[in-house]
Amino acid sequence: MTHGNTQADIGARTRFGFQRHADQDRAGTDIAMHPVVVVGAGPVGLSLAIDLAQRGQPVVLLDDADRIGEGSRAICFSKRSLEFWDRLGVGQRMVDKGVVWQIGKIFHGPSLLYQFDLLPERGHKRPAFINLQQFYAEAYLVDRVLELPGISLRWRNRVIGLEQRNGHVVVSIETPEGVYRIGASYVVACDGARSSLRQMVGADFAGQVFEDQFLIADVKMTAEFPTERWFWFDPPFHAGRSALLHKQPDDVWRIDLQLDRSADPVAEKRPENVRPRIARMLGHDQFEFEWISLYKFQCRRMARFVHGRVIFAGDAAHQVSPFGARGANSGLEDAENLGWKLDRVLRRTSPETLLESYHVERSQAADENIRESTRSTDFMAPNSPYEVRLRKAVLSLAKETEFGKRMVNAGRLSVPSTYDSPLSTPDVDAWRGGVRPGASMRDAPIATPESGLEYLTDAFKAVGGGFTILEFANGAVADWPDGVGVVRIGGISDAIETFLARYDAEPGTAYLLRPDGYVAARFRRPTRNAIDAALQRASGNS
Amino acid sequence: MVLATSSNFEKPDDAFRAIVEAHRGLSDEASADLDAALVLILANHIGDLEVLREAIELAKRRMLEVSQQQQQQQ
Repeated sequence: MTHGNTQADIGARTRFGFQRHADQDRAGTDIAMHPVVVVGAGPVGLSLAIDLAQRGQPVVLLDDADRIGEGSRAICFSKRSLEFWDRLGVGQRMVDKGVVWQIGKIFHGPSLLYQFDLLPERGHKRPAFINLQQFYAEAYLVDRVLELPGISLRWRNRVIGLEQRNGHVVVSIETPEGVYRIGASYVVACDGARSSLRQMVGADFAGQVFEDQFLIADVKMTAEFPTERWFWFDPPFHAGRSALLHKQPDDVWRIDLQLDRSADPVAEKRPENVRPRIARMLGHDQFEFEWISLYKFQCRRMARFVHGRVIFAGDAAHQVSPFGARGANSGLEDAENLGWKLDRVLRRTSPETLLESYHVERSQAADENIRESTRSTDFMAPNSPYEVRLRKAVLSLAKETEFGKRMVNAGRLSVPSTYDSPLSTPDVDAWRGGVRPGASMRDAPIATPESGLEYLTDAFKAVGGGFTILEFANGAVADWPDGVGVVRIGGISDAIETFLARYDAEPGTAYLLRPDGYVAARFRRPTRNAIDAALQRASGNS
Repeated sequence: MVLATSSNFEKPDDAFRAIVEAHRGLSDEASADLDAALVLILANHIGDLEVLREAIELAKRRMLEVSQQQQQQQ
């Protein structure tokens, strides 16, 4: 593996030494007790820790390494992830550094087959996607963690044992200065695809293994390609296979090449073997390697994400193929879904059973992500001669038909899942579209510039990230429950036309948003009783 | 059942003939390619997943029965 300059540039902030914590000096059975221990300081664990700390929960965050992950790895972060990161106070930094994009182009052989726009509508604060090396995302999250007094981030702390007791979990931790133990009301395992905590709770991790091999090369070069996602089926430079080209910050380009199933991984990974392939693709060899990796993948999930007081999130709980940017983004959605629920359970404002809804909602999302990414993978690497034939038909029909273009599957990119959830209050009024209960809120311009807030996502963040009523004014001043934030969209005017359309709103309409920005309920003429009931339901109290 | 199985063509022989002629002179390979494209075009024209699933189910049931009978005769 070759390392270029990029990661070295932020190296000063990516290596962290072991620091002995006072918890380690406690004698015998007098172990330190903590509300939450998060295991794994990747994007998911870091984001969850920040969310919990912002909600007032002290968090112990453990990681077995002494540095953030190497290599660019996940590079595509979705609008939804950026909206979550905005609430964590890191969204703008990610966007400022990232490469903003929304157009994808698909080529067949030498020619352009079609292009798609992932965010064809205007009026969103955040773009469809940014590309950003995972190590930048992690470095920015670590910086944010260090600003928050509530998080104890402990590097070179490897979890080697878990014991579930009545009411808490005892975590055994190995460090360079020996083993110590702490207790936690809840442990959240964000320790990645090879999760050791998953093995400790004895959970299986079943799914489909794909035999196809893909080569990732990040190359540094100055190039004139636009900031779009380019995907080729059967390109002239890589006959019979697929290829992907995508821009990252710092003049780094992600190249992803499908290899033969029988290709020798050790040989294929050698820079002298990778170089000619890339040179054929780019038409020159004026580039340096930043990172080379060869991977096969699996699509699988745990049967249950909640094992007593140990809860699994991100790759530890589910794994998908990389086509569709559904790995890191779905892990971040897990964190967003879990943070507020865990906070409420720890405060005893919701019963422990609220955590079951995390499993219900996020396992639905995992199934969807696995289904979508499996379909993309099967289209890119057909399994039988007939599948090859069918794909050939789709690609040839795509040249002149719209339906054929839409059937070409070069990755369906991550969008937030809609939940069939026990927390949702079913609609009783008539709606023509809008955002239904169980779906994620859609951003829109709110046109109250005097407050300095331009978008719904800004206003939602400003009211504090708890349950929030989004109401469309009709003159009456409503009596909403204590502790619930209110975003009031005043007067029906052209300036909020987009908003009214996106929410199918009329004067008097109200939406109840959960702390993760999902719609819990909506009403044409909300009553205090109806709002109270929806609130009880969404917080797991009924 | 939402799949129509009563005859829709005024002259079914014309429809059958049109498909036969489309395949005349093609290799097995080219015929199979043509059929694959036809399936996709017609499926999109129908535009109803339930109808498509019923059609697949019917075709599969009948073709599997036929191939079983042929195996028994051999």
